[in-house]
Amino acid sequence: MATIVIPAQLRKLTGGLDRVKASGRTIGRLIDDLERQFPGIGDQLLQDGDVKPSIAVSVDGEMGTGGVLEPVGEDSEVFFLPALGGG
Amino acid sequence: MAASANGQVYRVIGTRPIRHDGVDKVTGRAKYGADYNFPGMLYGKVLRSPYAHANIKSIKVDKAAALPGVKAIITSDDLPALSDKMEQTGEQAVNLSQLSANILARGKVLYDGHAIAVVAATSPHVAEEALRLIEVDYEVLPPVMSVEDAMKPGAAILLPGLRNKEEGPDKQTNVATHIQFKRGDLDEGFKAADHVVEREFKTAMVHQGYIEPHNAVGIYNADGHATIYCSTQGSFAVRSLTASVLGMPEGNIKVVPAEIGGGFGGKLTIYLEPLAVLLSKTTGHPVKLTMTRAEVLRASGPTSGSTVRCKLGCTKDGKLVAAQVWMAYEAGAFPGSPVGAGAMTIVAPYNIPNLLIDAYDVVVNRPKTAAYRAPGASNAAMASETVIDELADKCGLDPCDFRIMNGAKEGTAQTAGPPYRRIGFIETVEAIKNSPHYKSKLEGPNRGRGVASGFWFNVGLQSSAIVNLHTDGTASLVIGSVDIGGTRAAQAMIAAEVLGLDANDVRPLVTDTDSIGHTDVTGGSRTCFATGWAVYEAAQDAVRQLKERAARLWEKKPEEVAFSNGQFTAQGDGVKPMTVKDLAGRLARTGGPISGRATVNARGVGPAFASTLVDVEVDPDTGKVTILRATVAQDAGKAIHPSYVEGQMQGGTAQGIGWALNEEYFYDDRGILRNTGLLDYRMPTCLDLPLIETSIVEVPTPGHPLGIRGVGEVSIVPPPAAVANAIAHAVGVRMTELPMSPPRLLKAMLSKRGGSEAQAAAAGR
Repeated sequence: MATIVIPAQLRKLTGGLDRVKASGRTIGRLIDDLERQFPGIGDQLLQDGDVKPSIAVSVDGEMGTGGVLEPVGEDSEVFFLPALGGG
Repeated sequence: MAASANGQVYRVIGTRPIRHDGVDKVTGRAKYGADYNFPGMLYGKVLRSPYAHANIKSIKVDKAAALPGVKAIITSDDLPALSDKMEQTGEQAVNLSQLSANILARGKVLYDGHAIAVVAATSPHVAEEALRLIEVDYEVLPPVMSVEDAMKPGAAILLPGLRNKEEGPDKQTNVATHIQFKRGDLDEGFKAADHVVEREFKTAMVHQGYIEPHNAVGIYNADGHATIYCSTQGSFAVRSLTASVLGMPEGNIKVVPAEIGGGFGGKLTIYLEPLAVLLSKTTGHPVKLTMTRAEVLRASGPTSGSTVRCKLGCTKDGKLVAAQVWMAYEAGAFPGSPVGAGAMTIVAPYNIPNLLIDAYDVVVNRPKTAAYRAPGASNAAMASETVIDELADKCGLDPCDFRIMNGAKEGTAQTAGPPYRRIGFIETVEAIKNSPHYKSKLEGPNRGRGVASGFWFNVGLQSSAIVNLHTDGTASLVIGSVDIGGTRAAQAMIAAEVLGLDANDVRPLVTDTDSIGHTDVTGGSRTCFATGWAVYEAAQDAVRQLKERAARLWEKKPEEVAFSNGQFTAQGDGVKPMTVKDLAGRLARTGGPISGRATVNARGVGPAFASTLVDVEVDPDTGKVTILRATVAQDAGKAIHPSYVEGQMQGGTAQGIGWALNEEYFYDDRGILRNTGLLDYRMPTCLDLPLIETSIVEVPTPGHPLGIRGVGEVSIVPPPAAVANAIAHAVGVRMTELPMSPPRLLKAMLSKRGGSEAQAAAAGR
């Protein structure tokens, strides 16, 4: 199962846990599993069926480009971060 | 031949050819947005709010519409209502309703200069006269100009519908977002600290200061298609944003990017473009709008002023153990300051096991902020890099050694958690430490030396490229990335390197949105990284096709043909090596034209670090700071055209010094901007700065075929703190507010000398 690092402000939904396990071969499936474990977290991460535009996803240290379709490995480490733009 | 850090030897990359667009630019032939003129063209002018905060009770346009020569007047009633949520539009996450309300105010003006109506007329003068005839009835509201005032209980509310998760759905607020990062045990961390420094910093709202004002020409055709000529960092972004604001199909808009006279992040969004199209649609004529300098300063997108409280602790031998940060950034009239980036950059160069960062995005009655070169990072580094300097002093450590000891490297967790891949932060500090500048002596009274470092993420995103081979063996390179700071030259060099051609054999062309695949903005330090990757792959595609042609001529299989050092070869009798030029003349007989193509959605972006060293002299009588010498070291991964990398490093440093010493938006008590020209908005000129020395560090980005890291932004991050540290070492005063202008510094020096409060008050504002 992949390890998901929960952003500080969503930890109230995970009972204070900062790292949780979830299964799924894509970010979308991973969020589905998170929602099953921690109801309400999906609404914080998804909008119109994809990752919220204000959120970026890091999988194994690399910023994803695929939204809910971003592949996730069995032992991946996943972070949800504020999306950023440059100048 | 130039060797890179990863052992690759290059023939073109790393050299310094003359830029392809140089002649057009120095002879005045290059066409900028305002240079476009069309038969029957009308001129647009925008009516702007004279108040910082007011309800619009009514807008009467009858008298203006009756003025001879006036062809159309548009207000927000003429724009479609849009959804009030974040949407992915192109590569940007945008609240379309707020974007539209920034382009033309809806029911309320939120800053001095907020656009209210736009007129199209037969001349700019008639349009201006018409603006004076538009009657607006305002209900003036109290302006909220600072994050402190905006966050106070009972503060006037800018956006009645704004809510945040923490205050709940029933509470009106000016705080759009609270972001938090937490790691380790903060209390235990500070308990382990022998030295703790905590200070509060303020930075002023500043503008990017691009010399070319915003402009747009819109031409709407009767078939429902529109063309926009404009100055932008991203033609595809203009297309998608304009389509969204006007409710048009994206494919019905073609954007032709003009040459650009600077952007630095300020030309990633739209202001005039939808107005030009809508006015053209209404009148049936092309319509041109150009901002004045005052309009640019009042109503485009400067970057946030901020308040940052930074507390850092270290052991007596200099090991950083804890960081606590509270930061609030001015978003301007609508949410979206770069405070998230500020939070993620503020201690990014360092390995700190325990941290807590709280960051607030706050709306105030100032222009909606836009990106500015490493947005949010300079504000943050002003705080953290000043405190780092104090800690190094307390430990009796050299400031470079302190940074090297605590420096992030491969595997160090970033603020938000993910580990760094290979990065070159420590190498930039070592480059400063080993520089002739650092090894030189600085002598004389009121002189001081300061060091600071900075981090920026860089981004990847999408790019497209086409390489067309000509029969004479030259090539044209078609890209969608607007040329800022040498884009054409660098991209042509990459194509030339792959094809075995000279840089001047490749003619780069920046084209419109109908003529190339999607290409994201020239911003985020992404162009050389991502478009460069697409160009590399497109040139490789051309080489693959050329191998097929050589194989046909030699009666070989393509996989039997090798290509290196600009020559195609194969084993066997009768095979005479051929260059691209040799093969190019035989395209017609071997299968026809060759176009190499590639698109990328670039991953594996390499973040950037820079370290800056500054010597200053402070006039003890006036507080004026003179920059005696400045050196910047920056990790470029691989410098394609070193002159343009150095140019980015010098430009960012110059802007950072301006931010440090002079630049600020100065509003009066009514929230009216008082410095709306470049005589009063004081950017540094060449007379204010020495030649900025550069040291390019090359730690290749893993995974990129050329190891490139973006170089466009990070050099602006360290200068404010480097200057502040130099001032501290010159006159013993720790400055905590930008700009460190003469009156502000004189006030601090007088206070330190024990001068009367009256003297200090008279010196400072």
